[in-house]
Amino acid sequence: MNVAYYPGCTLKTTAKEFDISTKASAKALGINLVELPRWNCCGTVHALAKDDVMHHLAPLRNLLRVEEAQQSGIVDEKRVVALCAICYNTLKRSNQAFNSDSDKAGKVRESMNNEANVYSGQVEVEHLLETLRAQGWDKIQARVTKPLKGLKVAPYYGCLLLRPRGIGVDNADNPRIFEDLLKALGAEVVDFGYKQKCCGSYHTVHMVDVVADLSNRILMQAQAAGADIVATACPLCEYNLGNRQTEIGKKYPKFNGIPIVYFTQLMALAFGLGEDETALGMNKPDPRPLLRERGLM
Amino acid sequence: MYSEKQGLVLHPSPANKVFRDRVKELSGEKVELCFQCGACSSGCPMTQEMDYLPSKVIRMVQLGLDEALESKTIWVCTTCFNCEVRCPRGIDIANVMEALRQLVLRKKYDHIALDQLSDEQLRELPQVAIISSLRKLTA
Amino acid sequence: MTENGNNMVTIYVMGKKQSVPADLTIMKAMEYVGHQFRRGAGCRGGFCGACATVYRKKGSYKLQGALACQKIVEDGMIIAQIPFNPQEKKTYNINELKAEANTFLEYYPEIARCLACNTCTKACPQDIMVMDYVQAALRGDIVQGAKLSFDCLGCGLCAMRCPAEIVPYNVGQLARRLESKYVEGPTEHVLKRCEEIKEGKYDAEIEELKKMDKPTLQQKYNTREMRIK
Repeated sequence: MNVAYYPGCTLKTTAKEFDISTKASAKALGINLVELPRWNCCGTVHALAKDDVMHHLAPLRNLLRVEEAQQSGIVDEKRVVALCAICYNTLKRSNQAFNSDSDKAGKVRESMNNEANVYSGQVEVEHLLETLRAQGWDKIQARVTKPLKGLKVAPYYGCLLLRPRGIGVDNADNPRIFEDLLKALGAEVVDFGYKQKCCGSYHTVHMVDVVADLSNRILMQAQAAGADIVATACPLCEYNLGNRQTEIGKKYPKFNGIPIVYFTQLMALAFGLGEDETALGMNKPDPRPLLRERGLM
Repeated sequence: MYSEKQGLVLHPSPANKVFRDRVKELSGEKVELCFQCGACSSGCPMTQEMDYLPSKVIRMVQLGLDEALESKTIWVCTTCFNCEVRCPRGIDIANVMEALRQLVLRKKYDHIALDQLSDEQLRELPQVAIISSLRKLTA
Repeated sequence: MTENGNNMVTIYVMGKKQSVPADLTIMKAMEYVGHQFRRGAGCRGGFCGACATVYRKKGSYKLQGALACQKIVEDGMIIAQIPFNPQEKKTYNINELKAEANTFLEYYPEIARCLACNTCTKACPQDIMVMDYVQAALRGDIVQGAKLSFDCLGCGLCAMRCPAEIVPYNVGQLARRLESKYVEGPTEHVLKRCEEIKEGKYDAEIEELKKMDKPTLQQKYNTREMRIK
């Protein structure tokens, strides 16, 4: 089964480990992710203003590409799997807006009138976590050859995987999907109260101080709950909780570092895949000393 | 104006009404439903950086007070949608924040300047951070 | 309508109605009515990008872009020229550049504002997939950026129309420079041949050719080894 895969700009540049580990772990599960031909940047943030048409073009053009890929047989379904939580949210929301507002849909179609095809609105946008859930956690568990025994993982959802209502991969008040995955991989799940709190998002560009505050609180809570490592599904969260630990450490001298990884890297690790495929050397801070110490690498 | 029978009565001026209606139109939100419970403010991760709490901004919109456009609050919002999930009346406060930002941005105002980003920042920051902050905060 | 046996069409040059022969290019038509090009004309061969022109046809809202030296006039064309596009070409030393994902963002951070609206592609007189090469640059894909922007003349029509205020042709140029310097690398066969020449490998052969008479030279030329069929 060939499934369209939308990596997003960041997975191709500063979050390559997410891309690499995703392709490897999906392949190990028999999911053949085919990178969407001629994809473009989704725009990252959903256009919230009601009169906006232009900012919907970027995500909807990608969904048109999914339809074209399906028509030409490159992929089997009108479905696209996104990994970056932000891309997932944007693609899905624009799709919903297109399908619920015929006036806007008409304007979008007119703006894309030099495309060879017209978008029908029928593409389904999915996050990989949903794809995995649909497969069945027992199937995931069956593929595990090196269970993440003794590894205390705190699942960090962030914002856009769960909100707003109607878009999330799970119940926004009490999500379980990430925890279920980690359990299937054999890890010890550490629930903590800040798993859905915002990390500061794009303020990492011009308000680094604020990001340091928010990320510090999230990581402290995860550590207080007993976590060894934090898993995430968003490259911006990974950057704010990971790379920004330098800034956190400067502002909060008592801060103890903690590694952050993408959930697909943990999957690849649990499936017994090699270092080239888990790409664990690319994360900041380096999670490998901890994983080696636990005998998982 | 104060009346013996009714107490304090607010009569919005035409300008106030225009502002309120414009925000409602742009955001698509029924701000009149807000009864000031404060759930949005209590869930908001950025209140420390704000001058007006989110619930107060909604109140200002209800009253047509365009001082809301000059607040720090609207620029500090991260669009995390925690407020949307919590609101018992189904208002998406993040949409209202965006409408307020748009009213300022559409007057060719940039909240962050591209040329203030250092080469090092541009090299190191993830694409998603640069793209989203420019989308949200520049005209 | 005809004039002196010529088929004529009506065009509007900077708002002034003119009657010009139907088979002229925009550039020739403007000169026909008396304009002298001091700016906005270059090679006249569709290669230098100096003659960027925008036009609308009477009765149509569509704004179209063309090269004045290539595009033949059409009845009802309303023409204006854009001889210069205000832009800042970033200075960089090709030897110091890094062929990395974020290099494009470092020099042209405005590419992060790209809306994927495709206006640039629609404006391009060379049928280049402009949006696609800007998107490739945003993803750090140097090879695609270079490949797709290959035919770009730097005419500036895309830059004038872009709502995100990007200057796509500068981005394409950076992509092509990075690609040839760091991806393709030095042209080994050329460098090798230069070495051979310096060493005098071909000196004897050249001396021999210099002494030959015309018929022998001609015969040698006609029976030369054809490497590329």
